[in-house]
Amino acid sequence: MLPERFFSDRFALSPSLLDQVLGTALRGRVDDADIYLEYRINEELLLEEGAVKKASRHVGQGAGVRAQSGARTGYAHTDDVSLPNLDEAARAARAIAERSATSGIVAVKPGHPPHNLYELDVPPVAADLGPKLDLLRRVDAEARAADPRVTQVIATLASEEVIMYIATAAGFAVGDVRPLTRLNVTVIAEEGGKRELGTYGGGGRVPFDFFLESARWQHFTAEAVRQAVLKLRAVEAPAGTMTVVLGPGWPGILLHEAVGHGLEGDFNRKGVSAFSGRLGEKVASELVTVVDDGTIPNRRGSLNVDDEGTPTGRNVLIENGVLRGYMQDRLNSRLMGMPATGNGRRESYAYPPMPRMTNTFMLAGPDAPEDIMRSVKRGLYAVAFGGGQVDITSGKFVFSASEAYLIEDGRIGAPVKGATLIGNGPDALTRVSRVGHDLQLDEGIGTCGKDGQSVPVGVGLPTIRIDGVTVGGTQV
Amino acid sequence: MAVDLLLDVLKRAGAKGATEADGYLIEERSFSARVRLGQVETVTHSRDQRLSLRVFVGRATAAASTSDLSRESLERLIDDATSLARITAEDPLAGLPDPATLIGAVPDLDLVDRRGHALDAEEKIALARRAEEAALAVDPRITNSEGGEFFDRQSVYTYATSHGFSGSYEASTFGLTVTPVASANGEMQRDAWYSTTRKRISLESPEEVGRTAARRALRRLGARQVKTVEVPVIFDPETAAGLVGAVASAASGPALYRGTSFLRDRLGRRMASTMVTIVDDGTLPAGLGSKPFDGEGLSVGRLTVVGAGVLESYLLDTYSARKLGLTSTHRAARTGSGVGVATTNLVLQRGDASPEDLIRSVRSGFYVTELIGFGVSFVTGDYSRGAVGHWIENGELTYPVEEVTIAGNLLEMLDAVDGVGNDLVLRDVTSAPTVKIARMVVAGN
Repeated sequence: MLPERFFSDRFALSPSLLDQVLGTALRGRVDDADIYLEYRINEELLLEEGAVKKASRHVGQGAGVRAQSGARTGYAHTDDVSLPNLDEAARAARAIAERSATSGIVAVKPGHPPHNLYELDVPPVAADLGPKLDLLRRVDAEARAADPRVTQVIATLASEEVIMYIATAAGFAVGDVRPLTRLNVTVIAEEGGKRELGTYGGGGRVPFDFFLESARWQHFTAEAVRQAVLKLRAVEAPAGTMTVVLGPGWPGILLHEAVGHGLEGDFNRKGVSAFSGRLGEKVASELVTVVDDGTIPNRRGSLNVDDEGTPTGRNVLIENGVLRGYMQDRLNSRLMGMPATGNGRRESYAYPPMPRMTNTFMLAGPDAPEDIMRSVKRGLYAVAFGGGQVDITSGKFVFSASEAYLIEDGRIGAPVKGATLIGNGPDALTRVSRVGHDLQLDEGIGTCGKDGQSVPVGVGLPTIRIDGVTVGGTQV
Repeated sequence: MAVDLLLDVLKRAGAKGATEADGYLIEERSFSARVRLGQVETVTHSRDQRLSLRVFVGRATAAASTSDLSRESLERLIDDATSLARITAEDPLAGLPDPATLIGAVPDLDLVDRRGHALDAEEKIALARRAEEAALAVDPRITNSEGGEFFDRQSVYTYATSHGFSGSYEASTFGLTVTPVASANGEMQRDAWYSTTRKRISLESPEEVGRTAARRALRRLGARQVKTVEVPVIFDPETAAGLVGAVASAASGPALYRGTSFLRDRLGRRMASTMVTIVDDGTLPAGLGSKPFDGEGLSVGRLTVVGAGVLESYLLDTYSARKLGLTSTHRAARTGSGVGVATTNLVLQRGDASPEDLIRSVRSGFYVTELIGFGVSFVTGDYSRGAVGHWIENGELTYPVEEVTIAGNLLEMLDAVDGVGNDLVLRDVTSAPTVKIARMVVAGN
């Protein structure tokens, strides 16, 4: 399906009409303008108490028109997409520019995305419901059979398709069709009056069959059960500063919070990030190289083009400990005189884009994970996390471990209750003393929130050792 | 007109096999302006609408929604919902509330301020600019800003059921926010202050919002870690409201019947210190969380969730109430995927002590002003979050503190509340006065 054709059929908006709207937006002293069209379908299925009791399907469509003048942005959006409404939106958007009567004539040339990272024969929203319901029921049966202490299973399957098309005053237009799906398994286990929750899941820009391949759904289910049951015997987490070993994969949320947000172009242009003005400086141990890569096929955080039509790329943020680059959208790249990096993203047509991460991970190092573990006399080994948050100005970040163990004499000890880890972004990665050779990307579950907008993202990490992290337990 | 549209959709859903159905339509127009360092940064105009439909085919249910209200799109919405309801499992407890319990007349809760919206863009931008200017003028150490923002929103909510019920109400919202950055000796600290109201005239003045934001950023300069220790912890009103919100999450019907809440099986039992009384009141005139009826057309009254430490009511919609063998407490909220539960104006009732007295009562402890992260388990009540605040020595706030966590268990924390302030101000949908907890673990270096 070609997005250009899709929107011209659906809204009767031909490229020449879009040129006309852009022309309206540009009539003023405007540096840049664009029109973003979006159509999305979301489908959610939920199983609880052994039955699929909730099913829903949501359709959203709309258009956003943006005009920019210097650092000013005018943005107007409407979910009633018609030429008069778009024209009105364009007039509202360009009102930010100082009045001046240059004519706005634009001829937009439709182009194609440079990548083809997730074209699917049968996108997940189009797959039959029968096998989807069947999968949820099998997850339920598998979880209950796995352990008698399992008392509740909640399984959700969410699928999405977003069709977008953007026409810009720079003279190009490009569209993208973005599938996305995620299976999530939550399990409650009970024993002796104690109740604990385990949760696991994954997905990506993949077809529904992804979950049936390589025993994936069985793996997700087994992990959720294992976590819940394990926590039943977890001891109080320690409190204080200690050596922490992070397992591979999803613990990469550390990078997302500790350095990722702080390296987004908007915060750095404004000088409000703890990393502002530090390009070329050492901000991490030389063992650390961090990249943000939107071009990995079928990953949750990947995009063919970002939401401004810029091709995504593999951007090195930190190389051997030295800060190399920021993540940029068009506005901030123009104002900072840096290239746009394909990181301009938005939750939907209802929001203007801003610099966001795609898939953010640390490259593998030389060490065997077992050796890293053996190198720690006493500490904490954390392998699964809930959410995290950062104050980009002070640099302080937290992320909450949902599965962690004490390390005693280089060996994995007792599991501990959930605890929040806290650190300082510009400082945390300087304390990385070992990096494993076992880089893993997460299973495809991440959603990042910024300024009220949520977008799907990925993270990744090899096993690493960090010396001196504050662990927020209760055991003094 | 919105009502006619909804009733027509419900009728057509009936023709396609729905035995019962309800629909909710939200229409919104909003404007926001952000000014940074005196310059307009972003101006946003938006128009949104979303129609959600919930259908029952026998005792099976499904939901669908759309932002496209064309006839063709609504036809598809009905097809999506009714066909999904044919594949979901029968549930004997599924269904609309008894029509006899629906609200009669829709009360006027004074939620609209039509004149408040009658400002042009330049005047709205000027409010944002004044607020930021005030912050920047407080102290030379306020060196930067993430901007001042003004927004206003006009919303119309319409609800109808296949039983023939329909109701509609309008609401206005106005907001001002400022986020200044303070810096000294190479350190940068950001904080924010905001005011959100139903009436524009009730907003704190732009100057007040700006000055408060600046003071909050300035007082964080020079922050340091403390040694790991177990001490009394005082939550300021903003962070105490977060504690109250956590209680509400655990008291919500879906979490209870799924067994994912630490408040399961605690109804009628003591769960907190007798100083703790939490009330959810949806009838407050011009209240930010007020609404004349809930997401299922039931009247939203005053509900005591916790009364002098005893868990008196859960937050329930019709379905979760039936699952728990209780009756709805009229707290249904429409969510993307159907019906959930939400609070209205949730308030921890004020106590006797002044916040100064609470601080004076602590020899060595921690006064918390901001919490970050998601380290709260509603299954067990285990609590561990990143915290920012001030250290208390001999009854006085001394130096600012950051990069520490506070940890405990919500049930134990609520039981250990030994002081509730008299400084309650209803400034958000969830509000609390200052709260003192006898002991928590503060983790630092």
